[in-house]
Amino acid sequence: MEMLGTRDVYGKTLVELGRENENIVVLDADLASSTRTSYFAKEFPHRFFNMGVSEQDLIGTAAGLALAGKLPFVSSFAIFLAGKGWEPIRQSICIPNLDVKLVATHGGITVGEDGASHHSTEDFALMRVLPNMTVICPADGVETEKAIREIVKHRGPTYVRLARPKFPVVLDHTYQFQLGRSFTLREGKDLTMIATGIMVYNCLRAAEELDKEGISAAVVNMSTLKPIDVPAIARAARQTGAILTAEEHSVIGGLGSAVAEVVSQNCPVPMKIIGVDDLFGVSGNADKLMEHFRLTYPYIVEGARQLLGMK
Amino acid sequence: MKLSRKKIEELKETARICRRDILRMTTLAASGHPGGSLSCIDILVTLFFARMRHNPRQPKWEGRDRFFLSKGHSCPALYAVLSRAGYFPVEELDTLRKLNSILQGHPDMLYTPGVEVSSGSLGQGLSIGNGVALAAKLDRRDIKVYVMMGDGECQEGMVWEAAMTSAQHKLDNLCAFVDYNRLQIDGWIDDIKSLEPLQLKWESFGWKALIIDGHSIEEIWEGLMEADRTKGKPTVCIARTVKGKGVSFMENQAKYHGMALTPEELSKALQELE
Ligand SMILES: Cc1ncc(C[n+]2csc(CCOP(=O)(O)OP(=O)(O)O)c2C)c(N)n1
Repeated sequence: MEMLGTRDVYGKTLVELGRENENIVVLDADLASSTRTSYFAKEFPHRFFNMGVSEQDLIGTAAGLALAGKLPFVSSFAIFLAGKGWEPIRQSICIPNLDVKLVATHGGITVGEDGASHHSTEDFALMRVLPNMTVICPADGVETEKAIREIVKHRGPTYVRLARPKFPVVLDHTYQFQLGRSFTLREGKDLTMIATGIMVYNCLRAAEELDKEGISAAVVNMSTLKPIDVPAIARAARQTGAILTAEEHSVIGGLGSAVAEVVSQNCPVPMKIIGVDDLFGVSGNADKLMEHFRLTYPYIVEGARQLLGMK
Repeated sequence: MKLSRKKIEELKETARICRRDILRMTTLAASGHPGGSLSCIDILVTLFFARMRHNPRQPKWEGRDRFFLSKGHSCPALYAVLSRAGYFPVEELDTLRKLNSILQGHPDMLYTPGVEVSSGSLGQGLSIGNGVALAAKLDRRDIKVYVMMGDGECQEGMVWEAAMTSAQHKLDNLCAFVDYNRLQIDGWIDDIKSLEPLQLKWESFGWKALIIDGHSIEEIWEGLMEADRTKGKPTVCIARTVKGKGVSFMENQAKYHGMALTPEELSKALQELE
């Protein structure tokens, strides 16, 4: 199975974009080696600004560069970008509706050993609630490249969440990323699994297991969390009558909540939200933490069975 | 008060043992932050083994002096010191960063006895120290508050917001340290966002600002004595240090900020620390 690091792909794509578009500038806050903006820094040192350990200054400076006509890509770990940067993002980027691309790496709990202070299980909620903001979490490295290229064409505040570890590739290279559109990876009749990020792969595995039990599960990659693909959710509800969501994020405020907002008001059907319980992270190896927080495929299978019981 | 020759030798020996602990535990964890732990360890050892009033058998004793590790990523240094002081068995160090360990990748007060507050996101420790120092003044409690910050950390605006608070409230019961190893993750501080003139900055913020050698027990001790003598304002010791101090191939190398030694590198390093 092909494995790709979404942050590695981001770093490389940014260099290519830098060659194509002189207007792109990149900012980081002393994590360029980890977010891979260091690749861009190497090739375009004069268009790269390392702001030091100053996340709020990072956001404000990016806003100024955007005001002056530049196209800033801004990176740090998800917790420091979306978390520490939140109010400046709201005030100086979202209220004036500036074209700033916030690309966070180290989302979720697969950050691993660094523990609670560095895990980010709240960023979807924090970013999704901001008016004007677009929120994206690619399923794999292939989609990361397409999404990063696509958001250059889109105007407005954008948040993209990437990860620390390498992920299995689930999309083939002909896949076209469309902002605001979900993508059905597997058709099914009994329930629809709507997932984002690494959980797309875990849902595909769960769907294979369920298949052995004679349960037919559709799997949808919802990489744009906002604006969310309302028609696709309504269709899934109508066609399968049950929806399971899966995300490497708190069960509060993320993809599950976004889907529930649509389902409950347009097409009520039973739902199951798989995600990180309302708890802070702990230190541990990323795979062990996925197990610890019950995000691996057996828990999705179990959740699907519970959901079908509610149908 | 002066430290005896014997005490100084004892502290140096403890620091050597703690340096070995830092390297061993991070290599066992195959991750963690050895570089900045080695640069601040001599200060931590002096505080915990010579200066602070504290009781490892009663970590929550109200009369204790408080130590806040604002640069939380350097917790291997804190864990080494806490275990050697008797807060928990030294064997626990082997579990660093593993699932179900009491030793989290960044300090967590709910997991580890002796850790005063959870940290890991830079920039927040001085404000917390101010809060505790203010409460001590309100309660007329004679305790000292120590805060350890990184130099890269001083690029956070909140550090300077807090610096004004300490001066405003004349917190002479608080003493801060800046681990001035001149490196951050992406390289030299001066190439990224310089802090200079750092001593003048702190002074102009209303602090007594000293420059000391952060690897000399004598100078660390002198700084602490000067902080005690200083009334009506907080004191900061800007400690000149070397990231990776004590291991020749780690010194002044940014790459050992967040990378553990391989087992082979570890045995070489431990030989240097015999
Ligand atoms: C708010 C915040 N931003 C970013 C980080 C990631 N980070 C961890 S250590 C570090 C560099 C800190 O440099 P310094 O304070 O000089 O530490 P030292 O060199 O003493 O290890 C950074 C950016 C963080 N922990 N917190």
